[in-house]
Amino acid sequence: MDDAAIQSLDAFLQRVPYVRFLGMRVEMAGDEMTAVLPFSPPLIGNPTLPALHGGVIGAFLEMTALAQLALAQPARRVPKTIDITIEYLRPARAVETYARATLRKVGRRIANVQVEAWQESHAQPVAGLTGHFLLRGDR
Amino acid sequence: MSDSYDNAPLAARMTEHVPHAHALGMTLISVGEGRGSMRVEWREDLVGDPDTGVIASGVVTALIDHTCGLAINAAFATPAPIATLDLRIDYLRPAAPRAGVTCEAFGYKTTRSIGFVRAEAWDVDRGDLIATAQAAFMLNPRG
Repeated sequence: MDDAAIQSLDAFLQRVPYVRFLGMRVEMAGDEMTAVLPFSPPLIGNPTLPALHGGVIGAFLEMTALAQLALAQPARRVPKTIDITIEYLRPARAVETYARATLRKVGRRIANVQVEAWQESHAQPVAGLTGHFLLRGDR
Repeated sequence: MSDSYDNAPLAARMTEHVPHAHALGMTLISVGEGRGSMRVEWREDLVGDPDTGVIASGVVTALIDHTCGLAINAAFATPAPIATLDLRIDYLRPAAPRAGVTCEAFGYKTTRSIGFVRAEAWDVDRGDLIATAQAAFMLNPRG
């Protein structure tokens, strides 16, 4: 992974106010990106359990997909989300959450991206996302 | 907090008692049997595209998820715990710059264990949608 791609990703994330609102960041291990969402009280959706809001998980997964695309294609404009399907597997507890994205297909105009989120154990994911993203600004 | 949350009226239970709904400034517009409508106003810190000032799609996702939950809750006389199974959102177009978003959700079928919901979201004009969604919820997930 070259430094230019990582810097471009960093610039992408730092510029988005909503990324700061969520408090998410990304970490690199070699060429593998892991998105990190530290727990904070405003992210709670169910105060009884307590559990993170389903919308927070969905947004975190979607931003992870966009970050992975920004990393893969540093020169391009930020893709537009076409559709997403979020599957909720377990309640997301009030702890730090991680996500990794797989680019299943990056075509000329459309990318298909799959993302998985987990907390204490990667073997027990809390949610998954599959989404389509438009790679050009010509929609 | 959890006691007050469980016993609060539905409108309060969907807004100030939910930290994330409160953080996004969600307000309840209307609620009826098996349906509901909520809104998030535009705010600088919720922007997803700094070049255009358009609200983040993640905010729309949270609003849709929450309004679908409201519609399911509104189908029952007594509050019951629910859990989202899946949520599919089609983003038809970006919201207008510096525009808030309104969502209306409609529970079109509930069985003993599952609720099915459809939702629509728009920025300015109810007839010009920015997103449509479909979700399935588990009812009484721990029961």
